[in-house]
Amino acid sequence: MTLEELISKFQQKDEKAFESLYNMYSDSMQGVIYNIVRDHNVAEEVMQDVFIKAWHKAETYSSEKGRFFTWILNIARNAAIDKTRSKNFKKSKQNLYTDFFVDILETSDSLDNKTDAIGISKFVSKLAKKCIEVIELLYFKGYTQKEASEVLDMPIGTIKTRNRNCIKELRSMVLS
Amino acid sequence: MDINAYIESGILELYVAGTLSEKENKEVYELMQQHPEILQEVLEIESALVKLTASASQKDNSHVLQNIKQSLGFNTNIVSIVKPKYNWLTYTGWAASIVLAAGLLWTVNQNSQLKSDIQISEIKQSLLETQIVNSKNSLEEANTLMSVLRDNNIAQIPLAGQGDFANTYAKVYWDKNSKRIFLDALGLPEPPEGKVYQVWSLKLSPLTPTSLGTIDTFIADENKIFEIENANESEAFGITLEPAGGSESPTMEQLYTLGAVASS
Repeated sequence: MTLEELISKFQQKDEKAFESLYNMYSDSMQGVIYNIVRDHNVAEEVMQDVFIKAWHKAETYSSEKGRFFTWILNIARNAAIDKTRSKNFKKSKQNLYTDFFVDILETSDSLDNKTDAIGISKFVSKLAKKCIEVIELLYFKGYTQKEASEVLDMPIGTIKTRNRNCIKELRSMVLS
Repeated sequence: MDINAYIESGILELYVAGTLSEKENKEVYELMQQHPEILQEVLEIESALVKLTASASQKDNSHVLQNIKQSLGFNTNIVSIVKPKYNWLTYTGWAASIVLAAGLLWTVNQNSQLKSDIQISEIKQSLLETQIVNSKNSLEEANTLMSVLRDNNIAQIPLAGQGDFANTYAKVYWDKNSKRIFLDALGLPEPPEGKVYQVWSLKLSPLTPTSLGTIDTFIADENKIFEIENANESEAFGITLEPAGGSESPTMEQLYTLGAVASS
């Protein structure tokens, strides 16, 4: 079954298709969410909400508007960011992390020691710092090109080409 | 359009990040349909990012899926165990109703069968009742005959065959007290069509015949014994064959049998 067929079935409320898509993207969403909330329990809670939301608004997705991965990535980032803005969250996490996703990869207390993740993290840690910054902002945090250029204090066009080169580097690392 | 320059511009990476405008997104989508190399590029960018973001999860999340499935009301394992049970019940239910329907049909059939059996039995019963009544009547007749035969007061008069009818015979039992005779006509042939036997009481001097009536039921009667009233002071009895309805006086040519009463 192609990804298009899978998504189409998912939009027709096919439970098996939903489970397949969950298995394809849940690790990614958990990574993105955890990177923002930095709490495993909260991350799981948010992820649960994200996939339930995706199920309920499945019909709003259209391939013309973008990739399915991008669609659910958006839902996940927004849900995680909303969570960090909630009253309860602010109380418990006064000091919001400014760390990048790479810190997660480098910490040794990873809970379930996913072999695949460990293999990738070895390479990813070697990404240039300028790449880590731009990937963090554009993909993990959902910044726009303009927002990223402001934060990193560089022209919009530079963000675009640097990102291109960094993803190229990433591809050479993670895609055999 | 320079496909390579388009790819190298970095727009596809931003497309996957989701930072393009709606218009740009649609443009990339249409170009992907037209140029397989653009689609391929997007797929690889996406694949690399799926792996990168997944590497930050570091925690098994299969239990989260179970929670999600539960709260969405999906078919869980419990339901899948129940499902075959449901099917089993369904099939059994259908089987039971078919058996029940067949049973009902059989019962209805049996019922009508029994009803017709009852009708047949009733008819048989009434036939038997008729036979019993008939037997009773026959028995009464037989008893009457027995009493007649044993009664000393009853005179027995044999009637002998006459002339051309010498091989015929009859017998009269005369109960004078009851003023009746019993004619045993077994020795007479069946009368031809349009003819009947007529019984006569005779006085001998002078010869005076008195009709005792015709035997209209000769053929139908089984024992050929006929009870006839006779109040006459008879001296002899005779039987002639007469046209149907009988005659005023006996046709002597057709005198079958004749017998005189023995003088006491």
